[in-house]
Amino acid sequence: MGGFPILSLMLLVPMVGAVACLLAGAKAARMIALVATLADLVLGIVLWANFDIGGGQWQFAERAPIFAGFSWALGIDGIALMLIMLSVFLMPICILASHSIEKRVGEYMATFLFMEVLMIGVFSAQDLFLFYIFFEAGLIPMYLIIGVWGGQNRIYAAYKFFLYTLLGSVLMLIAMLWMANEAGTSDIPTLMNYSFPVHAQTWLWLAFFASFAVKMPMWPLHTWLPDAHVQAPTAGSVILAGVLLKMGGYGFIRFSLPMFPEASAQFAWLIFALSMIAVVVTSLIALVQDDMKKLIAYSSVAHMAIVTVGLFAFNVQGLEGGMMVMLGHGLVSGALFLCVGVIYDRLHTREIDRYGGLAINMPHYATFFLLFTMASIGLPGTSNFIGEFLSLAGIYQVSSTVTLVCTTGIILGAAYMLYLYWRVAFGVQKNADAAAMPDLSGREWVMLGSLAAVVLWMGVYPESFLAPMRQDIQTLNARISVAAPEGDARLAFHGAAAAQADAHEGAH
Amino acid sequence: MDFAASLSLIVPELVLSVSSLVLLLAAAWMGDKASQLISTIACVVLAVCFVLVAPSVCAGVSGPDTLAFGGQFHADAFAGFAKLMIYAASGATILVAPAFFGRIGAMRAEFPVLVLLAVVGMSVMVSAGDLIAFYIGLELNSLASYVLAAFLRSDTRSSEAGLKYFVLGALASGILLFGMSLVYGFTGTTDFDGIHLALSNGLPTGAMFGLVFVLAGLAFKISAVPFHMWTPDVYEGAPTPVTTFFASAPKVASVALTARVAMEMFGSEVDAWRPIVIFAALASIIVGAVGAIGQSNIKRLLAYSSINNIGFLLIGLAAATAAGVSAMLVYLAIYVVMTVGSFVVVLMMKDENGQQIEGIADLAGLSRTRPVLAWCFMIQLFSLAGIPPLFGFWGKFVVFWAAVDAGLFALAVLGIAASVISAFYYIKIVKIMFFDEPADTIRGESDWVHWALLAICTVLISPFGFLLTAWLGNLADQAAAALFLLA
Repeated sequence: MGGFPILSLMLLVPMVGAVACLLAGAKAARMIALVATLADLVLGIVLWANFDIGGGQWQFAERAPIFAGFSWALGIDGIALMLIMLSVFLMPICILASHSIEKRVGEYMATFLFMEVLMIGVFSAQDLFLFYIFFEAGLIPMYLIIGVWGGQNRIYAAYKFFLYTLLGSVLMLIAMLWMANEAGTSDIPTLMNYSFPVHAQTWLWLAFFASFAVKMPMWPLHTWLPDAHVQAPTAGSVILAGVLLKMGGYGFIRFSLPMFPEASAQFAWLIFALSMIAVVVTSLIALVQDDMKKLIAYSSVAHMAIVTVGLFAFNVQGLEGGMMVMLGHGLVSGALFLCVGVIYDRLHTREIDRYGGLAINMPHYATFFLLFTMASIGLPGTSNFIGEFLSLAGIYQVSSTVTLVCTTGIILGAAYMLYLYWRVAFGVQKNADAAAMPDLSGREWVMLGSLAAVVLWMGVYPESFLAPMRQDIQTLNARISVAAPEGDARLAFHGAAAAQADAHEGAH
Repeated sequence: MDFAASLSLIVPELVLSVSSLVLLLAAAWMGDKASQLISTIACVVLAVCFVLVAPSVCAGVSGPDTLAFGGQFHADAFAGFAKLMIYAASGATILVAPAFFGRIGAMRAEFPVLVLLAVVGMSVMVSAGDLIAFYIGLELNSLASYVLAAFLRSDTRSSEAGLKYFVLGALASGILLFGMSLVYGFTGTTDFDGIHLALSNGLPTGAMFGLVFVLAGLAFKISAVPFHMWTPDVYEGAPTPVTTFFASAPKVASVALTARVAMEMFGSEVDAWRPIVIFAALASIIVGAVGAIGQSNIKRLLAYSSINNIGFLLIGLAAATAAGVSAMLVYLAIYVVMTVGSFVVVLMMKDENGQQIEGIADLAGLSRTRPVLAWCFMIQLFSLAGIPPLFGFWGKFVVFWAAVDAGLFALAVLGIAASVISAFYYIKIVKIMFFDEPADTIRGESDWVHWALLAICTVLISPFGFLLTAWLGNLADQAAAALFLLA
């Protein structure tokens, strides 16, 4: 692609679209938003097609020192590429899913397009402060999306979302300022190879953790998520679960791990402990929900916990698994929120008991819903299986206990998802209005069909998604391996390894 | 340095003084019907002074060539930077006033003249290199401000604001004078540089008291906690254009003066005043944030918001480095734009009879009844809260960077954590405007001057403002360097 600033163009297209939507009428705004997001999807595909797998670590780099203190530096590696693809793929679906939005359509579409600018910006920023600006700016559109177009308790949810995430992020800013002073640069690729003093790493890691743990969200900082999800409109939930939660994981993989490897190893126990609690507790909470969106929101917290244990396993499987769960969960939870949105648009309730026997009157819908339910459980052949298996394989090399506890999440996940599916789609049609709902429209077919195709693609041939990331994950693994904690596994049949481990223990 | 050279350095002040006196005579002879003409001329005068000062800021002048009258007056880049902000903010005040006063038949020709006189005072303040010049400038500005606060004579709230401002201002002046006399008594000079040299061998206890009293007097002028109590009452009572003025230009002058006093006069005693500034900074941020939460009047809320912002500015001062002072100047420039923008929105809040409205509840559902106004105000508010990508974030960013650079981590962490509290009340107003059902009380039309000013402020505050960062930072660095010649 030479020096063509494709990343800047990908930021510019939705930005221009957002301004146009703000000025246009309702009908035109829908059209503009769809065209802008599709244009960005096309640009994303061009980006992927031109991405040189195995080439330089940072591709499509752009750099313009037009600001004081930081510069307009963009560039992506395979990890960022995959997350950008996820964003641009989900955006047109979100715009289609917003068909039921009736009030203030222009402003709605504008905030969504602005959101897309910020998401692509977060994943492509190569400057610490540029990253922070994109990362933090997401508060404004999400605040408006939840507050203006949300459900009954939207105001409380909007406040909670805003203040929680703001408090988490401002501490990170102070840490970033310190890092820029210490290293003399705010360039992310340089900082990823800079060795900060170990005692300082501890504080920096905690400051970044404060931000990413809220965004992720990790137990016990997750309480904003169910509120925000339940109150946001369907498309808002899709973006929130699909992409915004990934910003936390991306933060860990881009900042915490490579920049503070020693501190990451030092705090791995904290991540493991919080993740283990999250997997079990939030899965159990999900099991007793009456509200479909809340159930999926809690399941998101449980899935994100699998991501964090994978990332902090300090090995290639764990890192790859963490990334794959993020991508898979982005698709599947987005799809599940869309499934909820489809029936919510018809009956205007999220209460599980108001539905039942939908497989009879909505067979196509029930099929898609079943596929995504199975994907969420992690059935082989679907996207989540790859990620969860790799994550757990990675963590098994470090700790059998953590693996054991986290695996219960998959069993519990099967329990709450199948229980949900059973109550919604199977059984008798106990509610007349639910029984009268029509099956999927063409628009809904397009949305769910495209998601289903990618979910299966990722499950059957994950190599397409793993290949661009492989080299970057190996680089990252090489960087953090110095600090990798020793595993608890004692491999009896690997004589050499066991002897080495014994010698190591004897030395203590 | 000869007299002619000194006079050439104070040309902007001379232009301002002479024109304000001429306009005063014109006002006396021509009466209130000439107020429009006098306002226009006053704006032109400010524009001329802006052009006169701008070259010295761009060139970043400092050193002996900028000292007039034996060091009493510093026409350096630092003073110039502050003067540019003062002239711009004062010009904006004169522009927005006629529509406000004209509607209630209270537009008087004295208004622009008083603003000009206050500007002369502020010009002297920011250029002061001597305790006497410092006090003369401060009092000239204050006296004009007391009259401005009570400008609506028939309105009891305005008279009350004027009286409160006067009584408390006089008290602060007394404290300040007491401090100055102590400093003079223990150093034997009124010259800032002379005091700096005299104190460089150690700080006598008496001079320490002097320092504390001088800073307390200045804290009153910048409305830093614990000397902030007058601010909400005066801001609420004074006519809105006057409040716009109070929140912008005199703030700039007082903050710049405080920086000069701290860095030039007490530049060798950083450790003595730093704890005071740190306390005032944190207290202002917290009181400004918590106090604003319960307000129902938008002007009172913006008063607390200005107290809150002063806290962030003082963090830059606490760093006590050239980077810190430069950050303060950048923050001030952004703060002036946000303040003028927000108060223009307040001025545009009118009911169908053109009556001003000040209740926060009246903003309810503004995004549906007046979407453009609501979006502009939302941008101002998020910017005041320091949320990127709006330009207000940059001000906080440079200030905290300076603090971290100076090793003040605890201050930076506490300050930025407290900024989350202040974010709460800004997003509360956004909630009222965007999420609530329309109250539909704001119906009055505004004239094009308000719209134009609001548009300018909004564009400057929008992400486009970041394109200015390199230029603005460069000017501020040069200006800040002028304060560190002795160090």
